[in-house]
Amino acid sequence: MNRIDSRKFKSMNRRELFKLVPVVALGAFAIPKFQKPLLKTGLGFSDWASAKVFRKGHLAPTFSDSELTPFDRFPLNTYDVDDPGVDFDKWTLTVAGEVRKPGDYTLAQIQALPKISQNARHVCVEGWDVIGRYGGVRLSDFLNKIGADTTARFVTVECADDYYESLDMATALHPQTLLCYEMYDRPLTREHGAPLRLNIPTKIGYKQAKYLTDLKVTRVLDRVGYWEDQGYSEFYGL
Amino acid sequence: MSTQAIAIDDPKTGEVTEAVYEHPLIVRLCHWINAIALFVMVGSGLQIFRAFPSFGAKIPQKDLIHWPKAFALGGWLGGALQWHLTFMWIYMASGLVYVGYQLFSGNYKQVLFVPRDIPGMWPMVRHYFFFGPKPPEKEAYNPLQKQAYTSAIGLGVLSVLTGIAIWKPVQFSWLAWMMGGFHIARLLHFLVMWAILAFVFGHLVMVILHGWNNFFSMLTGWKKNPEYLTK
Repeated sequence: MNRIDSRKFKSMNRRELFKLVPVVALGAFAIPKFQKPLLKTGLGFSDWASAKVFRKGHLAPTFSDSELTPFDRFPLNTYDVDDPGVDFDKWTLTVAGEVRKPGDYTLAQIQALPKISQNARHVCVEGWDVIGRYGGVRLSDFLNKIGADTTARFVTVECADDYYESLDMATALHPQTLLCYEMYDRPLTREHGAPLRLNIPTKIGYKQAKYLTDLKVTRVLDRVGYWEDQGYSEFYGL
Repeated sequence: MSTQAIAIDDPKTGEVTEAVYEHPLIVRLCHWINAIALFVMVGSGLQIFRAFPSFGAKIPQKDLIHWPKAFALGGWLGGALQWHLTFMWIYMASGLVYVGYQLFSGNYKQVLFVPRDIPGMWPMVRHYFFFGPKPPEKEAYNPLQKQAYTSAIGLGVLSVLTGIAIWKPVQFSWLAWMMGGFHIARLLHFLVMWAILAFVFGHLVMVILHGWNNFFSMLTGWKKNPEYLTK
């Protein structure tokens, strides 16, 4: 057994204690000046990882009709009680950005594309979820119709209620990402975003904007989304 | 014992004490980093839970408990998610490095609960909870400690798996399925947190009961006069 002097033992202990200094680095999170940028970096890293694990061909689970949440139990946000004042007769989806055929598209033009119906899980960032039935056209079909440059990175939408959102191109082209005009086999009701909303089973709820009025294909984002710009995750893929 | 023991001479009193290097640096670093990360994960997790304090349907919603905001971290759902999605990496990394190091170094042998520890559990329970005689300590960790620390690692793994299941129920749909589906996984994630907190509570009680010498060993690595060495 090694023998050492008690003073030497004390200094050895001090050295060992000093080696724990890296732990103190976490204290940076407690400093107000560093907290915000550090958390933004952390959330950004999570978003980067989320985009990495996203698989283009991997489908979200779908469900049988018997598993559907009854339509009257499908939650609504309190602000959806307010009527955004969409004039359905004059409504068009205004398309702009990196597309060959920009302009105004009527609901009939959109509905002329192949119709898809799917029973998918809607997950809210709050933690609850429901299984809903959605009908619409693939966003990828619509992007094809308008001649979108799919090498552009984002598809953004604007809404009649001043909501706005953005999607990464990989998710926009996913086969389950819909421009949705039906829920439970009936035209969208006002509360659910009539006449046109997004349904994206691979994304969290707040990405699935309602009351669409504008769609743009773009390489840069000047803003991300209504909630994202207040601090929510930008990617939030499920 | 794989740990190294030394004898310390006090030139003034002539006393000789023994000390053992029980906790390697990597273990100590991971312990404290994980402790902080766990604190943040629990605090922010409870704030996230406040957004929907239920495990049933959204409509009609039956709130399970109104968790006070004072015992939550992040201020609001978005803020709490920033903390949660940042510190989960630190939580996982410290856990992975710890387990990896323990396996690689062989240090796990002193703390991993194995079947031959089972017979020694009851005497420890009798001692701790029913005033039974103290069983002699032959190793750095007694059977009940091994059981507790090994379970804690299991709970840590489960907290990560249930967390991934509710964060990525589409990309990791197989994991969500293994965890009993989205609803059960969310409930499990919540229950695992309480199980970990129960472990932490027991851990802190024992740390307080065993005093400074034991506590300092997680700071410096060295423990003076451990029972298993002197007896």
